[in-house]
Amino acid sequence: MTETFYEVMRRQGITRRSFIKYCSLTATALGLGPTFIPKIAHAMETKPRIPILWLHGLECTCCSESFIRSAHPLAKDVILSMVSLDYDDTIMAAAGHQAEAIVEETIEKYSGNYILAVEGNPPLNQDGMSCIIGGKPFLDQLTHAAEHCKAIISWGSCASYGCVQAAAPNPTQATPVHKVIHNKPIIKVPGCPPIAEVMTAVVTYILTFERMPELDRQGRPKMFYSQRIHDKCYRRPHFDAGQFVESWDDDAARKGYCLYKMGCKGPTTYNACSTIRWNEGTSFPIQAGHGCIGCSEDGFWDKGSWYARLTDIPQFGVEANADKVGATAAAVVGTATVAHIAASAVKRAMQKGDQES
Amino acid sequence: MTTGQQTEQELYRSEPAVYVYEAPVRLWHWINALCVIVLCVTGYFIGSPLPTMPGEASDHFLMGYIRFAHFSAGYVLAIGFLYRIFWAFMGNHHARQLFILPITNRHWWKGVLHEAKWYAFLTKEPHKYIGHNPLALLFMHVMLVWGTVFMIFTGFALYGEGTGMGSWQYEWFSSWIIPLFGQSQDVHTWHHLVMWVIICFIIIHVYVAIREDIMSRQSMISTMVSGWRTFKDNRAVDDES
Ligand code: HEM
Ligand code: SF4
Ligand code: SF4
Repeated sequence: MTETFYEVMRRQGITRRSFIKYCSLTATALGLGPTFIPKIAHAMETKPRIPILWLHGLECTCCSESFIRSAHPLAKDVILSMVSLDYDDTIMAAAGHQAEAIVEETIEKYSGNYILAVEGNPPLNQDGMSCIIGGKPFLDQLTHAAEHCKAIISWGSCASYGCVQAAAPNPTQATPVHKVIHNKPIIKVPGCPPIAEVMTAVVTYILTFERMPELDRQGRPKMFYSQRIHDKCYRRPHFDAGQFVESWDDDAARKGYCLYKMGCKGPTTYNACSTIRWNEGTSFPIQAGHGCIGCSEDGFWDKGSWYARLTDIPQFGVEANADKVGATAAAVVGTATVAHIAASAVKRAMQKGDQES
Repeated sequence: MTTGQQTEQELYRSEPAVYVYEAPVRLWHWINALCVIVLCVTGYFIGSPLPTMPGEASDHFLMGYIRFAHFSAGYVLAIGFLYRIFWAFMGNHHARQLFILPITNRHWWKGVLHEAKWYAFLTKEPHKYIGHNPLALLFMHVMLVWGTVFMIFTGFALYGEGTGMGSWQYEWFSSWIIPLFGQSQDVHTWHHLVMWVIICFIIIHVYVAIREDIMSRQSMISTMVSGWRTFKDNRAVDDES
């Protein structure tokens, strides 16, 4: 019989008092009322912990790096230890063939019950050669592990959307998880990386309630991805007032005005940065004076420039955006109209001449 | 235009006027025109805002007002469009013409070609129409029906992002349109690009209306004001309506 969460925690030397604190903090993070604290505690005391298999494809490990910096030490320790109990090739103790053996063991032992957490994505070109795990393409490991899992968590923008390795022209054909695995529930936690507290809260929710948190149409947990950075940005009053930073070194930048004109993607980016913030709630990019680059949105590398409000439209040549394309078209139409007016006038004059003669 | 073959009699013995555009259609036309102008100007300044306001944020609401004007005009445009559809059912048959392209009618396509030739100075005389001429109908149908639908759908999808999940704007528009385009940024880009398509259309539309008023065989601008189409010669019309 597998241990319960509570047993794992106690074994790690966590006091009962800290455990209850953790439960209340988790309830808060998930937006649940105080009545849920005993429910979470009860679930953790009685339910066998759900095993997690954490696979790494084509990625930079920024998701793992973010995860281990979760503000709440208990969440970090507990979830991390639970994860590493099973398989995560970055943070577990085993290595090499021993590690690969653990994957097989976990798949067999918990078949149909484990959560598959995927960081990164499989490249499909060149038979998947661009990402080899234990001598085989990552795609093989992913499809094999996905076959027996209960649900998948797509960590970060890589697994969710493709991110930098899928940016045009995407030479390795890096492909997000949901385009390769079609028959399992997938929860996307995009961001490059996702916020640590969001990651631990998502895992805790699934472990505690044994179901997925409520997802939006694109498969993201609503509790963290239902609002844009812009909706909760503390610089928003400057946006509404029409007070913008016009260049990085101007007075407006020092005064902390809105970064819209500097290309801030806050108005089009769904994430929790402006509420939860980063590094234990210390700050987030806009607070540090740089616009949001939209890292949690599909294809954000190709929606540049990060420093321009209007997206470049490469089909119309370098540095063309909607205004440049549109104004050019309008100028052409305008010129053609003037030419047509002139031609019509000439024709009319000639006909008049014909009639008179 | 004067055609040369016209006799003096014809010039004076014009055909009786026809009542084409009923009051709701004319009202819609001018309200719609006003909305589109407001939407284009405010929309442009949403994408590329005016220079920074000095002083305290609490003293200003410039961007707020610009966006408010955009959204209000957006609502008026959308409600007006719904009313226009309603009137297509209630009104006379000219009220329906804008919504239906007779694409299976070969005679109509010949008409399109003839009008195109007329504009390319390849033919001496345009046809004579009570309703819209075929080329005009083609452009107006695409822009005023589908262009408007596109702007209303993408506009409300963007609007729903602000009103948030659970609002009807979000549920009806944003929830499926944003994923359809990929993400919000692309919806912005398309909403913005089609504005420029509309601006191009406005240039052509206004020019052509004035030109037709002067050079075609029927009245144009006064018709959209009074509703009555008058004619400059009394030969047969080419749309048998
Ligand atoms: C002829 C019709 C319209 C035109 C020409 C137009 C034009 C524009 C333009 C150029 C933008 C800036 C896009 C960008 O680059 O970010 C914009 C934004 C927007 N439009 Fe429209 N629009 C039209 C109709 C509508 C309608 C019917 C609505 C619905 C209420 C609407 C709602 C919005 C919203 C919510 C935004 C985003 C505002 C923001 O990001 O702060 N638009 N529009
Ligand atoms: S800084 Fe960015 S997110 Fe904040 S109000 Fe300005 S545009 Fe919106
Ligand atoms: S502010 Fe924007 S770019 Fe920065 S981490 Fe958050 S979502 Fe990503």
